[in-house]
Amino acid sequence: MSLSAVLDVRRPGFRLDAALEIAAGEVLALLGPNGAGKTTTVRALAGLDRLTAGHVTADGMVLEHVGHGVRLPPQRRPLGVVFQDDLLFPHLNALDNVAFGPWVQGAERRLARARAGAWLERLGLGGRTHARPRDLSGGEARRVSLARALVLDAPVLLLDEPLAALDAATVLAVRAELGRHLGAHAGATLLVTHDPADMLVLADRLVVLEGGRVVQQGNPAEVARAPRTQFVARLVGLNLHRGRADGSAVHLGGGVTLTVATAMAGDVLVAFAPAAVSLHHALPAGSSRDSWPARVVGLEPYGDTVRVSLDAPPAVRADVTLAAAHELQLRPDAPVEVAVDAAQVRAYPP
Amino acid sequence: MSRLSPRGRPAGSGQRQRGPGRDRDRDVPLPLLVPALAAVAFLVLPLLALLVRAPWRRMPALLLDARVLDALLLSLWTATLAAAASLVLGVPLAWLLARTSFPGRGLVRALVTVPLVLPPVVGGIALLLVLGRTGLVGRWLEQWWGFSLPFTTAGVVVAETFVAMPFLVLAVEGALRGADRRNEEVAATLGASPWLAFRRVTLAIVAPGVLAGLVLAWARALGEFGATITFAGNLPGTTQTMPLAIYLRRSSDPDAALVLSLLLLAVSLTVLAGLRGRWAVGQR
Repeated sequence: MSLSAVLDVRRPGFRLDAALEIAAGEVLALLGPNGAGKTTTVRALAGLDRLTAGHVTADGMVLEHVGHGVRLPPQRRPLGVVFQDDLLFPHLNALDNVAFGPWVQGAERRLARARAGAWLERLGLGGRTHARPRDLSGGEARRVSLARALVLDAPVLLLDEPLAALDAATVLAVRAELGRHLGAHAGATLLVTHDPADMLVLADRLVVLEGGRVVQQGNPAEVARAPRTQFVARLVGLNLHRGRADGSAVHLGGGVTLTVATAMAGDVLVAFAPAAVSLHHALPAGSSRDSWPARVVGLEPYGDTVRVSLDAPPAVRADVTLAAAHELQLRPDAPVEVAVDAAQVRAYPP
Repeated sequence: MSRLSPRGRPAGSGQRQRGPGRDRDRDVPLPLLVPALAAVAFLVLPLLALLVRAPWRRMPALLLDARVLDALLLSLWTATLAAAASLVLGVPLAWLLARTSFPGRGLVRALVTVPLVLPPVVGGIALLLVLGRTGLVGRWLEQWWGFSLPFTTAGVVVAETFVAMPFLVLAVEGALRGADRRNEEVAATLGASPWLAFRRVTLAIVAPGVLAGLVLAWARALGEFGATITFAGNLPGTTQTMPLAIYLRRSSDPDAALVLSLLLLAVSLTVLAGLRGRWAVGQR
């Protein structure tokens, strides 16, 4: 089942204004900083928040259409929802939490429990079926809440940060299980996440939401190669700057000019990896054409390299080896000369 | 009562459970200790006096008096009906107050809790003005169905319900406000209608609060005096509940009044202890 929505939700001080199309079998990852409207999107699709304008359609079936005065209540929408805070029913044990949906939808109690038990087993909770939510660890509670939404085989899935706040080992196991399930899922899936790993492993396409609006969308590889906002750039680990192109020279703020491989003209975005940035001893007699002076703002170990944050303009992050960091005597406030490898800089229209 | 309230355990009580010895070692400031002990004495001494001055030798004879038994049964019966009526009408009202917003909600909330602070006698008079033979509504009851509430057992239940229901409404509303309403939203996404979600999720979650409110309402109804005597009168066997019987015997036979008082005390303590034990077991 596909999902198509034009969402306009207005509240004092906030407006969500986004259009989403998710094809049958597709996993759309919804990304964005806190307060971007991700959870509001899930709530609006689920029918928990009322649309101010717009519509939600699943496979041509109108779930809500403000103009036509149509609005199905949440319980009549063909959706499975995983909420950010698990929200397990505190008075029911793990098994009955999962069995609640099938039972409500008419399954015999014994059958509902059997289906619930099978799902808990699949998610590695076979031994915890009779535990109360307050006795479950964070990871266990999340898996129960996943099982509770997935057991219904709803044709459309809305997953709000299903892997957030899990410990590293649990994340891998649950992500793999979720990946298997989503791979076989014939309907549309909306996956709210802030984890680049989720979007690369689980998502077919990304939509980035900022301030209630879609600022970028595309497949994960496209988005990772050409981020359009600082949020996306940080997420995929790139430096991103605005500049004016004049042939192969791109002028950034602060009088800095980068040389890029492809000639362009006008306003452009330039993106480059921290590994494309090299640091050198500060030049005593001013900078060369392709480098500029900066001060170290912060240092942070990053695998076997050190990620160095440099002050503006233009503020960039650089990855240098431990040896280089030591040789350059990098420490906060240290002056350095910054250069960027032109071959690794991508420029594209904004 | 605090153990009966749904979120009755204050935030700090977890610490008390972990280190009971630590609290005992702590010095209690004198300005707190002295009034606290005075309060205990003030609340416990009257109960002790009841026990000390009770005519234990005449007790069996007094207890076996048929009129005593009538009054006791009438009290238990009417208090239970009043608690049930409070439950059936009060829980939906509490839900409305806690979960919806409508113009004048604050005013409604204030008005329905007025009986808490209203002198019960005044409540009785007010009930007469509405449900009495010539009352605003009572007139029509009388005319159309030949049915009149004052001075009947049903009138006792009405008077007790009027006084007791606000206790239940407040207890349940508090419990509902403490329960995450998103539980109802989750239930909806799982296919539950609002009514099913209310019964199977909300009500189950706030059950301890409902029970606390029910016990409060029942206890209040059992002890009801002013509204009952004003609205329902004092007819032995029909409207003379225990508190009325106790008060009226006080001049004619003080010993009997004492025995009735002890009996009422024993019955209500037994019921409360029973419910409390059951509730505590249910929680484990």
